[in-house]
Amino acid sequence: MGKQLIQTHRFPNGLTLVTESMLDVQSAAFSILVPAGSIYDPADRRGTASILSDLISRGAGPYNSEQLSCALDDLGVQRHEGVSSGHITFSGATLADNLAETLKLYALILRAPHLPENQFDASRAGVAQSLLSVEDDARQKALVELKRHAFPAPWGLPSDGELDHLALITIEDVQQHYQTSFHPDDTIIGVAGNIDFEQVKQQIEEIFGDWQPSEGREEPALDFETEKQFFTEQETTQTHLGIAYDAVPYGHPDYYAAWAAVGILSGGMSARLFTEVREKRGLCYTVSASLTGMPGLGRVLCYAGTTSERAQETLDVTLQELTRLGEGIEESELERCKARAKSSLIMSQESTSSRAASIARDWFYLKHITTLDQINEEIQQLTTERVLGYIHAHPAANFTVLTIGPQPLEVPSDIS
Amino acid sequence: MIFHEAKLDNGLQIIAELNPNAHSLALGYFVRTGSRDETAEVSGVSHFLEHMAFKGNEKYTADDVNRIFDEIGANYNASTSEEITLFYGSFLPEYIDTAMELLSTLIYPTLRQEDFDMEKKVILEEIGMYDDLHSFTAYEKVMQAHFQGHPLGQSILGSVQSITDLTSEQMRDYHAKHYLAGNLTLAIAGNADWIKVLELADKFCKHWPAGKTDRPTDEAQPKTGTQTIIEKKTQQQHIMQLGPAPAAQDLLRLPAEILAVVIGDDSNSRMYWKLVDPGLAESAEIGFNEYDGSGTWLTYLCSDPELTESNLQLIQEIFNEVNQNGITQEELDRAKNKLASRLVLRSERPMGRLSSLGGNWVYRQKYYSVEDDLELLNNISLDDIQTLLKKYPLGHSTTAAVGPMTSVVD
Repeated sequence: MGKQLIQTHRFPNGLTLVTESMLDVQSAAFSILVPAGSIYDPADRRGTASILSDLISRGAGPYNSEQLSCALDDLGVQRHEGVSSGHITFSGATLADNLAETLKLYALILRAPHLPENQFDASRAGVAQSLLSVEDDARQKALVELKRHAFPAPWGLPSDGELDHLALITIEDVQQHYQTSFHPDDTIIGVAGNIDFEQVKQQIEEIFGDWQPSEGREEPALDFETEKQFFTEQETTQTHLGIAYDAVPYGHPDYYAAWAAVGILSGGMSARLFTEVREKRGLCYTVSASLTGMPGLGRVLCYAGTTSERAQETLDVTLQELTRLGEGIEESELERCKARAKSSLIMSQESTSSRAASIARDWFYLKHITTLDQINEEIQQLTTERVLGYIHAHPAANFTVLTIGPQPLEVPSDIS
Repeated sequence: MIFHEAKLDNGLQIIAELNPNAHSLALGYFVRTGSRDETAEVSGVSHFLEHMAFKGNEKYTADDVNRIFDEIGANYNASTSEEITLFYGSFLPEYIDTAMELLSTLIYPTLRQEDFDMEKKVILEEIGMYDDLHSFTAYEKVMQAHFQGHPLGQSILGSVQSITDLTSEQMRDYHAKHYLAGNLTLAIAGNADWIKVLELADKFCKHWPAGKTDRPTDEAQPKTGTQTIIEKKTQQQHIMQLGPAPAAQDLLRLPAEILAVVIGDDSNSRMYWKLVDPGLAESAEIGFNEYDGSGTWLTYLCSDPELTESNLQLIQEIFNEVNQNGITQEELDRAKNKLASRLVLRSERPMGRLSSLGGNWVYRQKYYSVEDDLELLNNISLDDIQTLLKKYPLGHSTTAAVGPMTSVVD
């Protein structure tokens, strides 16, 4: 992969800077993770973090909302703000020469947002519209609902919030969420691109050094779902299927074996689900599985969209393929996973945005950065025995199954 | 960056923008064929054929194609539009031989009957999938209505009926007529050796039949009219409107791109501040789409059904104001800056360069480096925007609506 120049620094107030210098690019990208995600929403006000993530860029420091947007556009910043379960994330990319000015603006957004009361209704209406859009998109809804049922609350709950909670949320709730969550401790700033570590570190010290740490807060308790099967009747052309089962989380010693197991199922067009469900039987256009997680818990999430008349067969075949993995895997299947890993790791070095997000995420989960060489080595050392050993220790079983469509399906009792 | 171009005797055009420092290599065959080149009897055949390409030839089965692409860790896929079928992939540079051979295999598939029958089911599933995506339904309907009587109005996917009725012989005929070397451009961006590229192109492509098809490129003359599609079960109302805009070969296309950013980008545009920022709409955007001989302004609104009418009025007010008074120098400069930044950031990956490299060649037979594009962008003035607005004012001739509303005021 070539040597990566990764450096990290933890400031006295708890803020962590992680950087990767990429000297053959012109750009620089950043990813700022503030521990203010939807898991910290009050239980009856799901959507508070989502409204905050919209309201927070509507004016900061000396700038009103429009001036702030213009200032960022003038710096050529391609940006995104969003809320996940754990974080409100601010990410962006621009020419490396503009990074310092850009970070100054983000320091204002993080530390001196106006959170204007007269724009609160607009922010809340925006969140409501995006929740309604999910209702209209059965595929997206299937994935949102699958996550809800596959992970314990509040981690599995939709990070955008719940429609029927929005009316209860007030500007005071949002301000309170900001006060409690926006602090340097546990905030991570990832920067990647044509940058000098010392310069960035010094600038972060200047703009965030006197930011006061929090007094600490309790992490929300986890609430595990006991139901395993869900059906939502909706007038759709296709039936949308979601299937979930347990896996290991990121950072677990067996994580890469788990990654390979899912890769054999769904990594590339020669993988089993695509071959068996789509290519050999023509049952659907989209079928996939992915490994996803939260701190300490991992899950495999599968999706298939299929014509309603053939939905039962699609469900049966998909479940069979998931369980068949335990019967054995081919050397060549693992080799293809290794090739895809190597190529995608090398190609990730062509994207500053991808590197910035990756190192910030790594720090959140591991409190250290795994280099591309280390990841590649872990993957290249996998053997079929080891992957199969993982599959036997963590079999595809105890499925959560969800369907959206005109009719419910039958989940075979010997399999669930 | 070094640019190269060549043409094989059979007419296949080869272009490359090479960069020895890139980590990867992106490669694409741009075939000048799409739904506008179809007849009603074979509606959807270009897209179906794109799927069939992955079924292989006498040497490689469908399983082989997928397996070998995965063995070299390729990111690969294909797409079909109204005008271009594109087969593309990105790879590590050491796999260029395999990648070229496989991508070339895709262009002349065997089209086995059993593969055809199986893939027909997948295509019907894909039609079903898009049927559940309401913005896509609106797009299909607005294209059909706007380009009524013009080939650009033909559906890319085709219909359940046209795909069910399609035979493999019809597909074979279509392939033989359109997959001629003169209709193809091989574009390469990233880390490769030009001599090697030429050797491989010669080895895998020189036996392809020569020739080129023509397509009528008369500018569409859409009639004004509203088509409303009612789907009561959706929560939001999805509106798409089309109006005439410059064609791909028109010098006004760049001013059109800039104007679309000023008026209807997804952030910090006039439509954003008027509709999205106040929470009146989830999306309110305008985009510029270019085609051979024609172009469109595409307006998309997604909002609460009750607000649709007033939102459409707000959009019309914005359009009227711009058509009458143009935009400000400050807006122009900001949009240029935004586009320049997008251009530079995208160009850092070979895959990001491939579409503009191939697209420029197919539509304009020209190479533009990133620097050329930046210079062209920089030279656009308010006068150019005025010329554009005079010829192609913002507006719409056609509306398609998907959602609970029983009528939409046009």
